[in-house]
Amino acid sequence: MFWTVTQALLSGLATTFQIFILTLLFSLPLGLVIALASMSKFKPLRYLMQTIVWIVRGTPLMLQLIIIFYGPGLWFDNNIWSGGTAGRITATVVAFTINYACYFSVIFRGGIEGVPVGQREAGEVLGMTKSQIFFQITLLQMVKRVVPPMSNEIITLVKDTSLARIISAYELTFTGYSFVKAAGITWPLFYTGVFYLIFVGILTLLFNYIERRLDYFR
Amino acid sequence: MAILEVKNIEKHFGSTKVLKDVSFSLDEGNTLAIIGSSGSGKTTLLRCLNFLETPNHGSISVRDTVLFDAEHPEREQEKDLRKKRLRFGMVFQSFNLFPQYTALQNVTLAEQLLAKERKDFKQNKKKIFAEIDEHGKALLAQMGLSERMHHYPHQLSGGQQQRVAIARALALSPDILCFDEPTSALDPELTGEVLKVIRSLADNKTTMIIVTHEMAFARDVADQIIFMDGGVVVEQGTAKQLIDNPQEERTKKFLARYTQG
Ligand SMILES: Nc1ncnc2c1ncn2[C@@H]1O[C@H](COP(=O)(O)OP(=O)(O)OP(=O)(O)O)[C@@H](O)[C@H]1O
Ligand SMILES: [Mg+2]
Repeated sequence: MFWTVTQALLSGLATTFQIFILTLLFSLPLGLVIALASMSKFKPLRYLMQTIVWIVRGTPLMLQLIIIFYGPGLWFDNNIWSGGTAGRITATVVAFTINYACYFSVIFRGGIEGVPVGQREAGEVLGMTKSQIFFQITLLQMVKRVVPPMSNEIITLVKDTSLARIISAYELTFTGYSFVKAAGITWPLFYTGVFYLIFVGILTLLFNYIERRLDYFR
Repeated sequence: MAILEVKNIEKHFGSTKVLKDVSFSLDEGNTLAIIGSSGSGKTTLLRCLNFLETPNHGSISVRDTVLFDAEHPEREQEKDLRKKRLRFGMVFQSFNLFPQYTALQNVTLAEQLLAKERKDFKQNKKKIFAEIDEHGKALLAQMGLSERMHHYPHQLSGGQQQRVAIARALALSPDILCFDEPTSALDPELTGEVLKVIRSLADNKTTMIIVTHEMAFARDVADQIIFMDGGVVVEQGTAKQLIDNPQEERTKKFLARYTQG
């Protein structure tokens, strides 16, 4: 039994991991774009972005996931997500990417605005170009500011992947729970927890390492 | 002969006029102190000289070359603007050192980046960087910071940080070095070390413009003083003359506050 459960959970983990990595891959750059747009000098764009961020951060991720997965089929009479597992994972990644990009955008914006203007001005009076100022001076200071809140969000993302269960994507939590229903045993639930703990543990070590590497300056 | 000629500078932010018809000139090797109460436009004037603000009116010339003229605002290439900027150095009130670089790296960074544009950079990279490093070390030694050159800004006292900032501003050999209240962010016991360094620069005939509230220092070190109030130059003259024997009522009032306190 233990072996069966382990195998099932590993395949659930693969789905969880897939959602996690793909969401990060798409939401990080999208988040940066939203951050820049929400600081734009062009007011309509700025207000549009701020409204989107407000809506996305102000409503539950689970609700967004349900709307994105079931919405197209109901509105257009045409489910754009293919019926199988792949379609469910894709829908999850799309919903998560939009949601996390908005959270990341707020963090990026804080990181960008948190670098004092004096830093840029000091570079300017030393005759540096705009790109030199960005790459040599402000970038690393932004990264340092962004890493701690970012690591929090990313760890939350690991656990949020379990929401995919609501549209029946066979991720880790869904798999663990399936044994309660099918075999009436509860220990796989705790075993599932261990999977998450290891996943989050590795990420925590990684972020601690990055933070320590950036510790040499303030 | 005048190295710097500032003519009829005006600067508005929206509808507030912050500088109104400011004109002065400065001779090579001389030190000009600018005094005046808070909000009189001293910082804005220095920022105009350093191209951090664009004046709405007037012109700025260095060594008889017009660097800025509001009447002929040709669209400038970033490259040209950068060249003009290098005529001026700027030491900020709050130092603005780059936190992720050591004292020495702060001093050498701009010079290294500039060297990359040299045609012989690729062939002579090692030699060029070694020279820049030597130059940086010499400047820090001049500031009395040889022991501290590998420290990061947060490991330095305010006075030391400001001296690094002075070395950084000197690294590109500007024609005119500007200081915006270089000691006002410092604890009183640390102002002396910074003023000493500035004084030695004056002794070496560095052309400088210093915005300061240290009246005794201004009287001692500066050749000329400008008193500003409400965005206009109220009075200018030689340092001792203006401080010991002010002519304008507003200057007298301003100075009285300092001699009492
Ligand atoms: N970017 C800006 N936008 C709007 N107003 C500004 C801006 N910068 C400065 N001002 C205004 O211009 C006036 C002059 O400011 P400035 O900083 O040049 O004075 P200052 O003489 O340096 O004063 P202090 O002794 O306090 O440093 C002030 O009234 C200030 O509020
Ligand atoms: Mg000021």
